[in-house]
Amino acid sequence: MTDLAPPRATSTSSGVAPPRTAIVLGVVGFALLVLPLVSLTLRTPWTRVGELITDPVVLQALRLSLVSSLAALVVSVVLGVPLALVFARYDFPGKPFVRALAVLPMVLPPVVGGVGLLAAFGRRGLVGQPLAEATGITLPFTSAAVVIAATFVAMPFLIVTVEAGLRMVDPRLEDAAATLGADRWTILRRVVLPALWPSLAAGMALCWARALGEFGATITFAGNLPGRTQTMPLAVYLELERNPEAAYLISFLLLAVSVAVLVALRDRFLRTT
Amino acid sequence: MNGVPGPVGALDRRSSRGRRSDDPGTGRRARGWRAGLAVALLVASCGPADAGGDPGDPDAVAGELIVFAAASLTDAFDELRAAFVDANPDIEVAFNYAGSQTLASQIAEGAPADVFAAANATQMDAVSGAGGLAGDPATFTANLLTIAVEPGNPLGIGGLTDLADPELVLVLPAEEVPAGQYASEALAAAGVEVTPSSLERDVRAALSKVELGEADASVVYASDIVASDGRADGVEIPVEQNVPATYPIAVLADAPNPTAAEAFVAFVLSDSGQRILASYGFTTP
Repeated sequence: MTDLAPPRATSTSSGVAPPRTAIVLGVVGFALLVLPLVSLTLRTPWTRVGELITDPVVLQALRLSLVSSLAALVVSVVLGVPLALVFARYDFPGKPFVRALAVLPMVLPPVVGGVGLLAAFGRRGLVGQPLAEATGITLPFTSAAVVIAATFVAMPFLIVTVEAGLRMVDPRLEDAAATLGADRWTILRRVVLPALWPSLAAGMALCWARALGEFGATITFAGNLPGRTQTMPLAVYLELERNPEAAYLISFLLLAVSVAVLVALRDRFLRTT
Repeated sequence: MNGVPGPVGALDRRSSRGRRSDDPGTGRRARGWRAGLAVALLVASCGPADAGGDPGDPDAVAGELIVFAAASLTDAFDELRAAFVDANPDIEVAFNYAGSQTLASQIAEGAPADVFAAANATQMDAVSGAGGLAGDPATFTANLLTIAVEPGNPLGIGGLTDLADPELVLVLPAEEVPAGQYASEALAAAGVEVTPSSLERDVRAALSKVELGEADASVVYASDIVASDGRADGVEIPVEQNVPATYPIAVLADAPNPTAAEAFVAFVLSDSGQRILASYGFTTP
């Protein structure tokens, strides 16, 4: 590489500095990503935070969002970590296809997910109708539906992160533990999980942030009722009509949470090299 | 190398920067690509200028017309557009359908629009108050509230009072949207207290919950029942309990295409425009 273009003062730590056009386009791209966030911060009505945050609509949305996103996180860990274990440790026919299906919600438009959830768990749904006939329980328009919608869109983020982490755990450690007589649960608990912890924590943070921001599947499957199914993103959308200042404040809170998650994951995403 | 077309060649060029001059073929490809981008940018930058109509003839109804219309107008305005374009073949009409308050805030934020057709006076007044209208709004149609029920009305809902049943899964348009506001006025006037399961973001979303069978009933516009095409039935709300929506329409002050905007508003108010609206369940104001 030394015979190529001489390093410039502004060149990166490795390789050759990109052409100037790329720098300009990159700056434009950065502005596109960051300007809305800066503008949102500027529009947040700081002087009225105290009064707005005690607005019942804001408070209810805040509480429901926290509870439902944490519930979605718990469900995702309980169901998603085992699924990641299966994907990382077992080979079975059609595995790539099955795996793709499991992470599809990451790229699926959330509103499509909501329509799918209605088709599955709605009052006339594939599972929802027999469930309603057998137990009288209907899921749409309930807080449980909010948790299901958030889990549907957020769990794949946990699965892919944990699965990638599992692939980095040295299998010889598990073999050694097995030769020393440890059973599968002990190996999972004492060997795999401790080694997996950084990936699991990162997966949980991503999963929680995605669950907290969920909108499309929620409004489609769970509807919108303050206190029961109106989460913060839904409140932003509807308050923008009635009380824009409250909408800006909730938006800023969601932005702050996203920043916090990113900072917590800085070793993963903000490494400078 | 010369035989390799397209992306592979381009990729190769990037990785062999020092040897670029050895391969005149890739250089030609790069120039062609840049020329293509330049043309694309030029075309893109010409777009908005063309949309304003032919500058040589200010009276021509041509170019692009952008109409912001309340969601409840969707089907009627789609047919209105067909008739309007038949009469003015040089025009292209684009609709942005959403709740009136969404449209009003989009207009306030500077969204490019020529005509605003709202489902209530409040949102039109908001735009008017901010100096957003070119002239006075005209009331062009009205829409009666109707109870939407599943086809065949299996629960035998007869009127607003039946909506008080707490066992009933009732979905209403949110009070932030006009339909929800009228529905709550009508329910209050009739002395009916309801426990809705969801307050939907617009009247069509509320209706779709009934059409999908997820809700037993909703309160929507008469025009929505016509639009649902049998997927939901309507139960009439008597005139004395009804709170009909009146729809104002106006040309916007910042309309990129004011000539076409005036023509469209005139067409909506004309007999043929009114006939189309009536066929979709709207009533004359």
